[in-house]
Amino acid sequence: MAAAKAKPSKWVGRRMPRKEDPRLIQGISHYTDDLRLTGMLHCVFVRSPHANAKIQSMETAAARASEGVVAVITGKDLTDVNSVPCAGALPDLKVPPHPPLAKGHVRYVGEPVAAVVAEDFYAARDAAELVAVDYESLPAAVDMEKALEGGALVHPQFGTNLAFTHGLKNGDITGAFQRADVVVGERLVNQRLAPVAMETRGVLAQYLPGEGTMTVWSSTQIPHLLKTQISLMLGMPETLVRVVTPEVGGGFGSKLNVYGEEAVVPWLARKLGRPVKWAETRRENMAATIHGRDQINYVELALKRDGTLLGLRALLLADLGAYHQLLTPIIPTLTALLITGCYKIPAVDVEVVGVFTNKMSTDAYRGAGRPEATYIIERMVDVAAGALKMDPTEIRRKNFPKASQFPFNTSTGIIYDSGNYQETLKRALHMAGYDKLRARQKAGWKQGKYYGIGVSTYVEICAMGPSTAMPAGGWESGTVRVEPTGKVTVLTGASPHGQGQETSFAQIVADEFGIEPADVTVVHGDTAAVPYGIGTFGSRATAVGGTAMYFATQKVKTKMATLAAHLMGVKPAQVIFGGGRVSAKGSKKSLAFGEVVGAAYVAKNLPPGFEPGLEGTHFFEPSNFTFPFGAHVCSVEVDAETGEVKVDKYVAVDDCGNVINPLLVEGQIHGGIVQAIGQALYEEVLYNEDGQLVTGTLMDYAVPKAAQLPRFELARTVTPSPVNPMGVKGVGEAGTIGCTPCIVNAVCDALSPLGIQNLDMPLKPERVWRAMQAAQSKPGMDKIAPAKVAARKAQRAGMKNGAKKRRRA
Amino acid sequence: MIAAAFEYESPRTLGEALALLASRPDAKLLAGGHSLLPAMKLRVAAPATLIDLGRIFGLSYIRNAGDKIAIGAMTTHAEIAACDLFPAASPLLAETAAHIGDVQVRNRGTIGGSLAHADPAADYPAAILALDAEMVAMSERGERVIPARKFFTGLMTTALRPNEILTEVRVPKTTGAGAAYRKFHHPASGFAVVGVAAVVKLRGGNIESAAIGITGVGMHAYRASAVEAALRGRPLSAIATAAEKAAGQVEALGDSYASAEYRRHLAQVFTRRALQAAAKAAGK
Repeated sequence: MAAAKAKPSKWVGRRMPRKEDPRLIQGISHYTDDLRLTGMLHCVFVRSPHANAKIQSMETAAARASEGVVAVITGKDLTDVNSVPCAGALPDLKVPPHPPLAKGHVRYVGEPVAAVVAEDFYAARDAAELVAVDYESLPAAVDMEKALEGGALVHPQFGTNLAFTHGLKNGDITGAFQRADVVVGERLVNQRLAPVAMETRGVLAQYLPGEGTMTVWSSTQIPHLLKTQISLMLGMPETLVRVVTPEVGGGFGSKLNVYGEEAVVPWLARKLGRPVKWAETRRENMAATIHGRDQINYVELALKRDGTLLGLRALLLADLGAYHQLLTPIIPTLTALLITGCYKIPAVDVEVVGVFTNKMSTDAYRGAGRPEATYIIERMVDVAAGALKMDPTEIRRKNFPKASQFPFNTSTGIIYDSGNYQETLKRALHMAGYDKLRARQKAGWKQGKYYGIGVSTYVEICAMGPSTAMPAGGWESGTVRVEPTGKVTVLTGASPHGQGQETSFAQIVADEFGIEPADVTVVHGDTAAVPYGIGTFGSRATAVGGTAMYFATQKVKTKMATLAAHLMGVKPAQVIFGGGRVSAKGSKKSLAFGEVVGAAYVAKNLPPGFEPGLEGTHFFEPSNFTFPFGAHVCSVEVDAETGEVKVDKYVAVDDCGNVINPLLVEGQIHGGIVQAIGQALYEEVLYNEDGQLVTGTLMDYAVPKAAQLPRFELARTVTPSPVNPMGVKGVGEAGTIGCTPCIVNAVCDALSPLGIQNLDMPLKPERVWRAMQAAQSKPGMDKIAPAKVAARKAQRAGMKNGAKKRRRA
Repeated sequence: MIAAAFEYESPRTLGEALALLASRPDAKLLAGGHSLLPAMKLRVAAPATLIDLGRIFGLSYIRNAGDKIAIGAMTTHAEIAACDLFPAASPLLAETAAHIGDVQVRNRGTIGGSLAHADPAADYPAAILALDAEMVAMSERGERVIPARKFFTGLMTTALRPNEILTEVRVPKTTGAGAAYRKFHHPASGFAVVGVAAVVKLRGGNIESAAIGITGVGMHAYRASAVEAALRGRPLSAIATAAEKAAGQVEALGDSYASAEYRRHLAQVFTRRALQAAAKAAGK
């Protein structure tokens, strides 16, 4: 009877509050810096104040003699530590050595040159002041475009600051531009951002000399990959290294990395025979944790007069910073992959150029290459609509693939799994009251008020991903273990750090077993407990990690069904799970969930050949990425006197496939939109011309605050993914990807009567005000300097081999 | 981050504090700590001794003092913003206090600390100037009253002498006048990129007098006396033109967020807005 009452999906789809929240909200959980071990020492890094300098000499004696100091080391001491790893493998990539502590030369402000270890944090910090470094400061390569042309070299051995070029070409691009009725071009800047996770990085290492084991607690998104890399950097067997991620207070990609500090701190713990802890300060975080974005894009679109897109040509310049972190060179190549966005564009020709500069490395920051791609295509489509005097929604609709055309092959070589782009746009326009907003805009212009409406339709790549496309494998592991008491432990190789999978995974497993989420505990982030996994990034944890866990659950259910059938004297196919019971369909036979579990462990009455215990593991290899999509619509008002932008309405209709927990999905969308508004309006990492970091604190770097944000009106359509059995896609980055161009499109739309076609982010009031001043003083000016992609590329090609390309006027 | 080592003193009386201030070399007074402590943590400031004023009884109050309201130096921004003495008698200071930083800053930061620190982008100085407030400074030799116009002397410098402690601020009651503070917030720090405080008295529909304090533009806050002069006895319609003189006399500062030219422009815009709001309030 119990079985008949059980609903097929009781917990999945519910707005279940997060299991994680009570401990986080009360501040009673443990981050790396909360951990204290007996005999623990404290480490402080001495960092370069120069962007480019030779280290003439270092004097550490005074620091060493300082009270409480146990050790001071420099790059010279780390003779047995390997380079900080880069997993990016592009054909002609130049890979400079990347020592965890600088050896003889520093290449960005914030590069670690020495580590001071002391009995307490105060002593270490004071002694760090006493490390005297004699630098010979050199000119720095700061502006990526100038750096390509010559001047200071970041790595003189390469004779150039060009790190790599990567081409992506498909279709008849020459023909597309020859046939075009209209060609529009722009230079688009995607400025450098700081991820600013709430919890900065931190590493605690303990080496047990007798056992020869190294345990490293680190605030990371990738505990298993880090374990492997620490073993490689330190030359220790991987079997003796354990990585634990305690609570991780956000990453946004910045902890999808392996940092030099993650080698130095364990090295010190091994050397000194005592636990060593380093907790990153916010200033270190701003200077020496990876940055994101930082591309300059020259883009041209070829169109027919009716708005049909024919071709896209782009030169993507990517500022890599001084060294390659884990995925540094890979990120801008993702931009190329997604550059056609939601549209049918038959011909593409994209060249990605990676440039070394004397700055912190860029790497994955929420969206990682996809926000840049979306920004490019969504801005360009608006520019094209402006040139063709079309409504921006009309040009989009015209070029969307139809819902029936999925799976859709893009000319960049990827296959969009499922989609219905018309529907999300329709819903978003309806919710926003698009026609009313247009009417208000027209009326406003007459009164000198600048209202703008922004539309952005995006598609992105999630569930990273098939292993063929991933540097270190793209599968994920999941283990489901029903414990003797009937409680379920889930071990996931994903490593959530704020996403809430302790809750959503429990919902999935609870439904499968017909039990309560409270009876399911999700364990992650301890390499000694969890089978090898890849981690949490690229909106993959649920679509890949969740699927692994789903399959592991099926394995356990099959086993339990066999046992339950044996116990009840029915066929395994009759066995169903629900209401805390395991029952036989078509009969009144039923056992409590715990009874079956108990039988598996006490093992007195098992079917022949049945292994005791109830545990299943699955390594899931996805067949494709998933491609969530959506439509965002916003309205803004630009203060005509100050240039200040106010977002007064924000509507987002997202489709991330099936949803496990709408509360978590909305939280992800909210956070993503906030960070995207941050990029559009406020945030930028600024280095001055000497390579000094100008935005080194949160007093200068403007992370958006609640009072600066509008209310978000959210809705969803549901187009399940065919790539995994749960039909989920991923949602961690969607807001960041969809929103940024929406805001900029709205501001450019507001200022369109002035002939302003493009503005660079962040849309700081002064920048907007100046553009308005300039436009008003030049009546009739209707186009700002077009991008000269072909010319730029020809110039670059000329530098390489003298080849020339022609640009249609 | 951790500050460099320092001696810490927490006197219980003003007398003790003044004695410490006179005797300790390189001592700094600690009030709410919202500017000093971050500077110390960044090791931009490294005083040998911190004299914490937080435990001195009787430095935190807001009370009626005849035609003025007297505010103890250790009164927090939140207390000023919430105090019911201000709205009817002298609303400008409370309105300004409500614009400072965020909730945490307002709960800890003090008026005395802010004024003595004299950050060029702090909010209070605009209001203090527009109100012609008085600063009461104590030293071992006794009390000295410094008018607002003589208080701010340079970039983060005031007329306070090294052995003086700012103990009280007295703001005149502005009954019958209208007042307003208009501010352009820095999106990261919350400081004023430009902040304009205006007090306007009307007579027969014309402006009898206007007092305007401007912060954020120059090395220190200033009175926009050219604007004030251009408005005396003039109709409200004169505001827009007069406001163009808002930054005429001052050398404007520029940074990566707002250039000097832009700040001058904002000073004009916000002067006009503050004056219009103050005039509207005066008309009520």
